[in-house]
Amino acid sequence: MGELIDYRLRVNGVERDVAEAWLGESLLYVLRERLGLPGSKNACLQGECGSCSVLMDGKLVCACMVLAASAVGSEIVTVEGLTPGENELSDIQDSFLTEGGVQCGFCTPGLIVSVHDLLEHNPDPTELEVREAISGNLCRCTGYGRILAAVQAVQESRQR
Amino acid sequence: MSTSLRSRQGRLGESVARPDGIPKVRGQFAFSSDLFAEGMLWAHIVRSPHPSAIIRSIDVSAALRIPGVRAVITSDDVPGRKSFGLDYPDQPVFAWEVVRYLGEAIAAVAADHPETARRAAAAIVVEYEPTEPLTDPVEALEAGPIHPLGNVFHRQRVRRGDPEATGAVVVEGYYETGMQDQAQLGPESGLAIPAEDGGIDLYVATQWLHVDQEQISACLALPLDKVRVHLAGVGGAFGAREDLSIQVPISLLALQTGRPVKIVYDREESFLGHVHRHPAYMWYRHHADAEGNLVKVEARIVLDGGAYQSSSFAVTVNAACFAPGPYKVANAVIEAVSVRTNNPPCGAMRGFGATQTCFAYEAQMDKLAAALGIDPIELRLRNALKHGDTLITGQVLKGTAPVAEVIKTCAAAPLPEDDPGTMAELALPGGAGRTADRARIKRGVGFAVGIKNLMFSGGYDDFSEARCRLENGVATVTCAAVEVGQGFVTLAQQITREVLGVDDVILAPATTIGIASAGSTSASRQTWMSGGAVQAACLAVRDRLFESIAAKYGIAALVLEVVDGRVVSLGGEVDVAVLEAASGEVFEETVLYRHPQTFELDENGQGNNNVSYAFAAHRAVVDVDVDLGLVRVVEITTSQDVGRVLNPRQLVGQLEGGIAQGVGLAVMEEIVLDHGRVRNPSFTDYVIPTALDMPPVHIAAFIEQPEPGSPMGAKGAGEPPLVSSHCAVVAAIRAATGLELPRAPVRPQDIALSGTNGSSGRPSHKDIAEVLP
Repeated sequence: MGELIDYRLRVNGVERDVAEAWLGESLLYVLRERLGLPGSKNACLQGECGSCSVLMDGKLVCACMVLAASAVGSEIVTVEGLTPGENELSDIQDSFLTEGGVQCGFCTPGLIVSVHDLLEHNPDPTELEVREAISGNLCRCTGYGRILAAVQAVQESRQR
Repeated sequence: MSTSLRSRQGRLGESVARPDGIPKVRGQFAFSSDLFAEGMLWAHIVRSPHPSAIIRSIDVSAALRIPGVRAVITSDDVPGRKSFGLDYPDQPVFAWEVVRYLGEAIAAVAADHPETARRAAAAIVVEYEPTEPLTDPVEALEAGPIHPLGNVFHRQRVRRGDPEATGAVVVEGYYETGMQDQAQLGPESGLAIPAEDGGIDLYVATQWLHVDQEQISACLALPLDKVRVHLAGVGGAFGAREDLSIQVPISLLALQTGRPVKIVYDREESFLGHVHRHPAYMWYRHHADAEGNLVKVEARIVLDGGAYQSSSFAVTVNAACFAPGPYKVANAVIEAVSVRTNNPPCGAMRGFGATQTCFAYEAQMDKLAAALGIDPIELRLRNALKHGDTLITGQVLKGTAPVAEVIKTCAAAPLPEDDPGTMAELALPGGAGRTADRARIKRGVGFAVGIKNLMFSGGYDDFSEARCRLENGVATVTCAAVEVGQGFVTLAQQITREVLGVDDVILAPATTIGIASAGSTSASRQTWMSGGAVQAACLAVRDRLFESIAAKYGIAALVLEVVDGRVVSLGGEVDVAVLEAASGEVFEETVLYRHPQTFELDENGQGNNNVSYAFAAHRAVVDVDVDLGLVRVVEITTSQDVGRVLNPRQLVGQLEGGIAQGVGLAVMEEIVLDHGRVRNPSFTDYVIPTALDMPPVHIAAFIEQPEPGSPMGAKGAGEPPLVSSHCAVVAAIRAATGLELPRAPVRPQDIALSGTNGSSGRPSHKDIAEVLP
């Protein structure tokens, strides 16, 4: 596999060392297999499903499409970084749970990140705007109905 | 890696949140692809690039020379049975001598790094002699066998009444449904850990732990107790995980290297590495009297089973038995056959044979209504099955059959008021970038009703075992039922609370150790079967508790009951919290639950082969751009026969999710084959509905008529949403366009180029009535 390299990534506000890694590893692989952060998922590994959605310098990206070594110097935020402390949930996470937006859960972390990003930039989206914003996140279990309900519940509670 | 799930509130009938929901939303739930073990290796599988070929040689030497490669295995390394299969083991773990479909496994590699494993797999030299693939299922009926067991998996005939009967009105049609993929988001993956006793611990996402165990044990030539299968987190299933995939290869690699071995498919490999929904070719003729009462249904059905048998037998039986749909008809001449081809293997997918024939019989009902000049809803109501009616198998419907109720409530729901003239561009057919011309949009409404059997049938010994242990006020439930996302874990805890009156319930990890099979998480069966087993185990524990209390108080156990977390007696002598009453004692009971016996069909397809049936109706509203052939599904309305609602929010989730897959089957989803080659194994080319494609679902009614014999009165609800929803969508497109559209999925060219020959290009088998006598 050629030369192995060492580098450092900044993930969820913490500097993390990556040692003796193959240059071709994706950010998703490094997060999941080297840094112990399996929350970002691997449904397609080719940028089609959104299950590995993370924030890179505040921009929503598919971690599977980013070469990990190219993320040096960037601020990476994963679903784990959007999760408050032990036994706590963000309002988005709580809403997904209580509104029934979770079935198998494989798409869920990516959707949590996408919805977080949406509401940061557009606190009060229309339903069509929500649908468009999450249309890059495939879900096979729910038909999206309860996910949309979850997003709406967050919008309503934040406006109170 | 397999964790217990604990929760503290929620009874039956409440919208209780899932006990695995917190780790799932935090990203901490351990799916089968998230597993890690110290020193683990990565596996990769070599697959055939040909749909049909003779294997001349396999040279693994170059792969073994790559630094970091620890093992390479082929069929020669399978110590036990070299093949597997749900009904009959006709599918090689690794192909030898012959490959019969593109993607068939040839060899597997274990290496230190996944990229090394990929490169080693690419370095394995397989010399093939490609042969002409047999890809046409009707030709396969007559062609020379492509497997020693022949090309026919199963022929199912159903004959009832007078085969010569005829009606005043006769309509005929030929229909097809394509090869749908489950497209479960979690890829096939798992971790095998070699054990000190020479056995294996396998952590895997499956639908049926104990049948995996049996098959793996046969292939590894290890006794059952040395093959321990543990459920890892399952990222959806929908039928795709009922057959083995990664189980035997990684177990063998782990045993051979003495190290844990992990594998994770990518999406292309997932498309190639699991079974699909059988494509169906269906000829139908319906006879009715002048009032619209069905007189006879004739059908000839060919199902393409692909290269290996999987569950083709039962899919064929379903297709035949449900050929007329949820309608009463005295005379039937049905012939269904599933055949072997060099296409990818087909097996279980949500709806399982019933989904295919529904597309044909519901189109026929609309044709019949048009021929009779009767409203299509009225025609369906006139023929709707009800309790006490006889099916074409001769089975009398002894359970609930609220077909008329689902039709009436669904049809009565108001239609959407929005208007394509003012809707946002993104909401028009084609959406952003390909926006339709508003003036050319036509709206259509379609309706369809379906029938689905619940649980395993045809004499199969279908059971589930559960254990309940009550200790210090905490109930621990053990059951091998697989959670795939449907919510059994929630329900098991609701049932336990309901029966025992305790709050604190732990669901132990699902595993093959120390508990018998729970059966498959399929056939809409776990609510009834494993729900029934959990209920029975809890009731047995409650009885023990009652006996203990009765002895203390010197009263009869019969007078005790659990009310709001307290044990009380009818006479008022006892009124004590369950927590207190059970303190200091441990009660544990294990119960094996069986549903009533079913029977195999005879040579004419007659017999009581099913336990219970569920029904649903769907109404679809679509907007169609007739020039571009673009379809937008505007809304789906549904009513479903559910027996009893046990968790309303989870139930809604099952309906919405199943309907989404129906929308996909109607207008988006198909594995496209070119001489046995899968041309679209990715989510770019095999498109499933996104949040923009999926319309709102309105649930007009849950029809709650408790099913006699069902432990809680409930009927399984997972499959009916995907039996008739696609039919309603295509019916709506027919209504909008006036086109016949005899094939699902409907493609843009089927609409836009309907007047030309531009939409053909596939084999068509309108002559199957002659091929099948």
